[in-house]
Amino acid sequence: MNGEQMKISKVVEKMKPSGIREFFDLVIGMKDVISLGVGEPDFVTPWNICESAIFSLEKGYTSYTSNRGLYELRSAISKYLKNKHSLSYSPDHNMLITTGVSEAVDLVLRAILNRGDKILVPDPSYVSYEPVSELAGGRVVLMKTSGRDNFKLTPGILKKYISRGIKAVILNYPANPTGVSYTRKELLALSKVFIDHDLIVISDEIYDELTYDFSHTPIATLSGMKQRTVYLNGFSKAFAMTGWRIGYACGPEEIISAMTKIHQYTMLCAPIMGQLGAIEALRGSANSVLEMKREYKRRREFIVSRLNEIGLECRMPEGTFYVFPSIKNTGMGSVDFAKKLLHKEKVAVVPGTAFGSQGEGYIRIAYASSMDNLKEAMQRIEHFLK
Amino acid sequence: MKEILEILEKDARTTPEEIARMLRKSVAMVKKAIKKYEKEGVIVKYKTITNRDILKDDGQKVRALIEVRVTPQRGHGFDHIAERIYRFPEVKSCYLLSGSYDLLLVVEGGDIQEVSSFVSERLATIDNVNSTVTHFILKRYKADGDILKRIERNNRIAISF
Repeated sequence: MNGEQMKISKVVEKMKPSGIREFFDLVIGMKDVISLGVGEPDFVTPWNICESAIFSLEKGYTSYTSNRGLYELRSAISKYLKNKHSLSYSPDHNMLITTGVSEAVDLVLRAILNRGDKILVPDPSYVSYEPVSELAGGRVVLMKTSGRDNFKLTPGILKKYISRGIKAVILNYPANPTGVSYTRKELLALSKVFIDHDLIVISDEIYDELTYDFSHTPIATLSGMKQRTVYLNGFSKAFAMTGWRIGYACGPEEIISAMTKIHQYTMLCAPIMGQLGAIEALRGSANSVLEMKREYKRRREFIVSRLNEIGLECRMPEGTFYVFPSIKNTGMGSVDFAKKLLHKEKVAVVPGTAFGSQGEGYIRIAYASSMDNLKEAMQRIEHFLK
Repeated sequence: MKEILEILEKDARTTPEEIARMLRKSVAMVKKAIKKYEKEGVIVKYKTITNRDILKDDGQKVRALIEVRVTPQRGHGFDHIAERIYRFPEVKSCYLLSGSYDLLLVVEGGDIQEVSSFVSERLATIDNVNSTVTHFILKRYKADGDILKRIERNNRIAISF
C-alpha cells in the first residue's frame, strides 16, 4: 500500500499534529537543557506506595481485575471522597477505575456524545479535550478565555457560547496550562448556568490537591450538580504517580455504566499493579502529599516573583504546578519565544499556543523541577530578555 | 516563620532573598528571623553532607556505634556523665536512649585501632561508665534523610503536557 492509497479516518487526518511538534523534537534532541516543560511531578512516587506494589508483585498479583477496578480501591476512593469533600459515590454503581484520567475523558465523551453533539471546551485548555471530543463525534465549541480576565470562565463567557444543541461542557480546575482555579462562590455562579441550560459537566479535577490559597470544591458537591456531573480524578499529580496510569470517574449510574461498557472492550481493566499502589496511596501517603504541596507552593511564590521582576507579567495561579506568564512585551510569538529561549539559553518551556489559539502571547512554565533548576532557569531567562 | 527552618534544612545555601520570595515575606523579616534562630541556637551550624567513600584515595575514617551503660548521678541524671563523654572530639554524636543501654555514641577514628583504644582507654575508664558494646560501621547508605548513593533521577521526558 503506498501513501496515497492509505486511507486514514477523516477525523484522525484532520486532528492537529500539534503545530509545535517540531519544537518538541528539538527539545528532546538537545542536551543539557533545563526543561520547565514537563507536565508531571519531579518527585518520585512515595516509597510506601512503591514498596507495597513490589510486595504485591512478589505475592503474584499480576492478573486482570474486574472491569470496574478492584473493589477495595473503589471502596477506598469512596471513603476518601466522603471524608475529604462530603461527596458520596457508591463503589458499586457510581465509580469506574480507568488508566489515568486521559482514558476517563475519552470514555465519558464516547459514552455521551452522538454525532454532531456540541460540546464546550475552554481555550486554552489541556491538549486532549478537543481532539478526543472530535474522535467521539462531537463538535467542539471553544470558549475563549483571555489573559485580561485571568483565563477564568465566568457565567458571562459561558452564556456567550451556549446555544441550542450544546450537550456538555468540559471543566478543568485547577487548570493545565494556566493554573487557574475557582472558589466555591465562583463555581456556584457557573453551576447556575450549567443547570439552567441542562448541561452535562465533565469535571477534570486531577490537580485538586495542588490548590494553594483556598480549599478545593468539587463542582459535584454544589446543589443540583451531582446528577449532571462526571467527576474525574486520579493519582498522577497528588501522589506523583503519573506512570502508574490510575484515574477514576464518578458520576450518575447511567453514564458510568455506559463508560464501563466501552472500557470493558477497549481497556478491559486498569493495570492491577497500579491499582494496588493506589490503595496504598490512599492508605498511607497523606504526609507525603502535604510535603510535596508545601514545596510546590514555595516554588510557585519564588517563580511568580522572579518572573514579574524580570519583566514577564505573571499572575499568581491558584493551583497546579504551572504558571502562565505573558510574553507579549517581548514582541515575540509564543513558539518563536520558546525556540529562541531554547537555542540561546537551553531552557525549555511550552508555547501557550500548544493549548489553543488563546494561548498566543503566553508560555507555560512547569515548576515541577528542583529549586536549583528553577533558580538557574530564571537567571537564564533574565539573561535572554536583556 | 518555622518554614524558614524547613527550607534551610533542605538546602542551607538558600539565600534570605530566595527564602523571602518563597514565603512572600520581606528580606529584612527573613534575615531577622534567621538571626534570631542562630542566636537562640535553633540553627546550630551550616554544614555540608559529604560522601567520602567515593574518594577512593582518601584516608578513610572509621566509625563505630557504641552502646554505653552508665550510672546516672544524683542531682544531674545523665547530663553530667554524657558531657564527660561527648566533650571528646572523637565522639561525633551522642544520644540518651530508652531501653537496655543509656547512651549511644558515634565515634570516629583514623582506623580500627584508634577507635578501639579510645573505647578501652578513655571511655571505659570513666567513672560511672559500666559497660560498652562497640559496633563498627561497615557502610553508610543514608545519613540524616539523604541517600548517599547517586540516584538516576532525570528520566522524565523533557516535554509533556
